[in-house]
Amino acid sequence: MIYADNAGTTKMSKAAIDTMFRLVNDTWGNASSLYSVGQTSKEVLEQAREDIANLIGAEPKEIIFTSGGSEADNQAILTAARIGASKGKKHIISSAFEHHAVLHTLERLKDDGFEITLLDVHEDGLVRPEELENAIREDTCLVTIMYANNEIGTVQPISKLGEICKKHDVLFHTDAVQAIGHIPVNVNDDNIDMLSASAHKFHGPKGVGFLYVKKGIRVTNLINGGAQEKGRRAGTENVPGIAAMAVALKEAVKCLSKTIEDVSKKRDRLIEGLSKIDHSALNGDAIQRLPGNVNFCFEGIEGESLILLLDDKGIMASSGSACTSGSLDPSHVLLAIGRVHDVAHGSLRLTINEETTNEDVDEIISKVAEEVAYLRSFSPIWRDLVAGKKEFIL
Amino acid sequence: MALYSEKVMDHFRNPRNVGVIEDADGIGEVGNAKCGDIMKMYLKIDNDIISDVKFETFGCGSAIASSSMATELIKGKPISEAMELTNKAVAEALDGLPDYKMHCSVLAEEAIKSALDDYHSKQGK
Repeated sequence: MIYADNAGTTKMSKAAIDTMFRLVNDTWGNASSLYSVGQTSKEVLEQAREDIANLIGAEPKEIIFTSGGSEADNQAILTAARIGASKGKKHIISSAFEHHAVLHTLERLKDDGFEITLLDVHEDGLVRPEELENAIREDTCLVTIMYANNEIGTVQPISKLGEICKKHDVLFHTDAVQAIGHIPVNVNDDNIDMLSASAHKFHGPKGVGFLYVKKGIRVTNLINGGAQEKGRRAGTENVPGIAAMAVALKEAVKCLSKTIEDVSKKRDRLIEGLSKIDHSALNGDAIQRLPGNVNFCFEGIEGESLILLLDDKGIMASSGSACTSGSLDPSHVLLAIGRVHDVAHGSLRLTINEETTNEDVDEIISKVAEEVAYLRSFSPIWRDLVAGKKEFIL
Repeated sequence: MALYSEKVMDHFRNPRNVGVIEDADGIGEVGNAKCGDIMKMYLKIDNDIISDVKFETFGCGSAIASSSMATELIKGKPISEAMELTNKAVAEALDGLPDYKMHCSVLAEEAIKSALDDYHSKQGK
């Protein structure tokens, strides 16, 4: 079995599992309770907060634990929107290929009179800093741009974007769900005011994440209730999950430079191998991308079929085809980088990690080539392309 | 629970009647690449009986399985019976399709009807 969908989710690390198991057993007290069993939980919780803060260059009080990346994105955007609205500033800048947790939240804000500008991400999947600067207006209250894209893995010039926001005194949020634990992230170096993260993308548990909010920013809470998280997120804390997240992130960051070097090499080997398939193309910039992300379009085939056939061969991957999303449109990310529908349906995302071997990479290349050829053998589109009745796009 | 029934997976993995009939009596093509599904059906007809049928499909697992099943359901049958084939019958023969995949069975029905229309219009000439 070759698992190549690490952008979808990762397997928990042994250390994270051990931590979670141990704490479920030993540290079951409510962190808000005054007696010792509760206070032990409180200590574990605050240690996790401190550890996570240290790993991203933040202060512990700037970390709010959430149920994951989507909640953190919602909270960050609504926080900035409320601050903006109180000053009569109702313009938000984002990018065309953000995660739906961001795009759908922005869509809802339109009903409240907010105006949204989505920056072009160009063919290479990268935002241009000068275009951000040109888009900033007097009434802009927030810029929210993802650190790295979840489908095509392109990594934005975050530090530069943050600098521009700082210069214009506009809040800057980044959805760093795909970046944290995979590439270096530091909220100070990167000029970030708010940042979202999710544990299960870096070998931590599902249902846990965090939002970094720079001190001084008045946070809007989404969940009202008790005084947990300093009144910024009510609900009894998931102490075992949060501690496991901290352990997983510590592990990921510890050997980050070695992992990046190692995984990038395998990624490039995979890209090179898949490029040999006729009428295929890599999606997104080849260099400014996450170490483990490979995303291709293959002309004349449909992605879901390819995923199912690869699964039969023991390879787990994903696609941005409409059929995998349950809608008629293919991935908004692929459309945003200018892939036309016909080609976007034939996409394949492979996200490898430090456990992927060179043998795995070679196996993926040979199986993908085999299955693409098989699906093309009875594709009416492919027949027309080969016969010259239609022109190849790729 | 699996995404698809065993039968869908069987017809997807081992599609029946895949290919082209060079001297087909009727050809139908439905769907478009923009939506991610295209089905092409080739019919050979002798004495109002569908003596042979082949298909080519660009599409998802259920689109391929629906095409395959539809060809099985009409092969060797009289035209009148093939005209009656519904998408529901295709889906039922596959032990059901997820709701959002029902359009694949609709495409299969339309592809066959389109091929039969093509046959009839050629006959009329």
